[in-house]
Amino acid sequence: MRKALSTSLALAAVTALVVAVSANGRSTTATAATGIPGCAKDKLGLLDKAGMLTIGADNPAFHPWFGGDEKTKPWKFSDPYSGKGYESAVAYAVAKQLGFSKEQVKWAVTPFNNSFRPGKKSFDFYITQVSYSPQRAKAVDFSKGYYFVNQSIVGRKGKPIASVRSINGLRKYTLGAQVGTTSYDFIVKQIRPASSPKVYDTNDAAVQALKNGRIDGLVVDLPTAFYVAAVQVPDGRVVGQFRARGARERFGLVLPKGSKLTACANRALDRLWANGTIKNLQRIWLAHATGAPVLK
Amino acid sequence: MTARVSRETRAVAIALLSTAVLAAAIVVVATRSPGWGAFRAYFLDWAIYRDSFPEILHAFWLNVKLFLVAEVIILPAALFLAVLRSLPGPVFFPIRALAIAYADLFRGVPTILVISILGFGMPALGLSWLPQSEFFWAVVALVLVYTAYVSEVYRSGIDSVHASQDAAARSLGLSHGQSLRLVVLPQAVRRVIPPLLNDFIGLQKDTALVGTLGVVEAFKQAQIDQSATFNGTPYLVAATLFVLITIPLARFVDWLVARDKKRQQAGRAA
Repeated sequence: MRKALSTSLALAAVTALVVAVSANGRSTTATAATGIPGCAKDKLGLLDKAGMLTIGADNPAFHPWFGGDEKTKPWKFSDPYSGKGYESAVAYAVAKQLGFSKEQVKWAVTPFNNSFRPGKKSFDFYITQVSYSPQRAKAVDFSKGYYFVNQSIVGRKGKPIASVRSINGLRKYTLGAQVGTTSYDFIVKQIRPASSPKVYDTNDAAVQALKNGRIDGLVVDLPTAFYVAAVQVPDGRVVGQFRARGARERFGLVLPKGSKLTACANRALDRLWANGTIKNLQRIWLAHATGAPVLK
Repeated sequence: MTARVSRETRAVAIALLSTAVLAAAIVVVATRSPGWGAFRAYFLDWAIYRDSFPEILHAFWLNVKLFLVAEVIILPAALFLAVLRSLPGPVFFPIRALAIAYADLFRGVPTILVISILGFGMPALGLSWLPQSEFFWAVVALVLVYTAYVSEVYRSGIDSVHASQDAAARSLGLSHGQSLRLVVLPQAVRRVIPPLLNDFIGLQKDTALVGTLGVVEAFKQAQIDQSATFNGTPYLVAATLFVLITIPLARFVDWLVARDKKRQQAGRAA
């Protein structure tokens, strides 16, 4: 009896809130699509005992994947809690589909290497531009893709590489990539340059190498390329992008192997693709990152 | 005679038994641990080991070149530094002070920082006459750091030669330089060969730090393979290669030490 009473009270409160929100003329999506059948929060095997959703991301969190000003410690450079930037926005959209409010989400700093090491994970899912591969999927669960990615190459204006128009034309240059990225694979397997490519531990080291001429071109995913060229390297230029051969490369959420959350995250992503949220978020956060010549 | 043989047999048996017990204990603890399956899948994947071996071996060649080139420079440079530090008299104070400052600085700064600062910093200066190659700056960094260590080894060797040796040489009319070259150093260097080789092994391992500059050496190649497969077995491949190259050297050092000991004891008996 008591329980029923409190439930109806809560319902009344929610209704009042919804009315208030709609009356405000603000978004009414606050109540839309909370929860997916078979994905009750207590069935997801969440890390946090208090029922928060823990999302992992690497620090610093780079644009355009994460946005907002530095605010929440220890995040550097941007703030995943902001909901700004493509991956932050997608993560919150997935959380909302699963019935988590913005306040019920917490972010855990997780270096890329720790996202797939064996043992207990520090997150429910991890989102930092991790590309799916069948090999990798033996170690962790991958969700469906939330972004289909093209590799691309950044050079510097006025340098010979800036006018290259084909993959063949890139072979004679010294190229670099960040370790742990599929960009390195792309250099080795698709471009096959004459001199061995350089591999850097961090984005910063790779950008530094491009700036001081140790490498002629930096291979990164296309949205990152636009950010590198616009902000990190003053005379940077996106030389071109590459069309994948075979299956398209995709970024997926990383989950612990056998996670109960995987199927539910997939259903949340299915909904977000179907209702246009993903397309919309890509338009908001990645719109500038499309127009680069395709190198073949 | 028979008593001695049985004592030896017993010692061998005890050694074998205690080794077997220890090994069994480790195996039991490891395989019974809750995460053993995950551990084995992550670090002991034979197919990945086999697949990544050729590439990592190829990259390891860079490590070999690095430590060989560096060691050839370090051995004489460190000896020179040690000699500078042992120069007598107040005139040479500034040289001694500089040598001490150098050794203090480069023994104090972590090797990976020296490599990063030189490797990223020097090309960033934009001076066209400065060498740009990562290999060059990696060798410079390793030489700077290890010369500081190795000079201390030489110095301890020089200090261990009794002052009466030098005094005797000088009384025969040899100059300081001659005494050093003909009397002190030959004895000093022979005494410090084991610790010199020890530092050489340290140098071999520290070549793995050079990957931070972007060049693909064994550790970096292992990292690449690890992130491509999300499996840690490639690290085991790199570890195998480093161990394979250091073990013979380590055993050689042991042998040298044992031989020296035997000689000294024989000398005492005579």
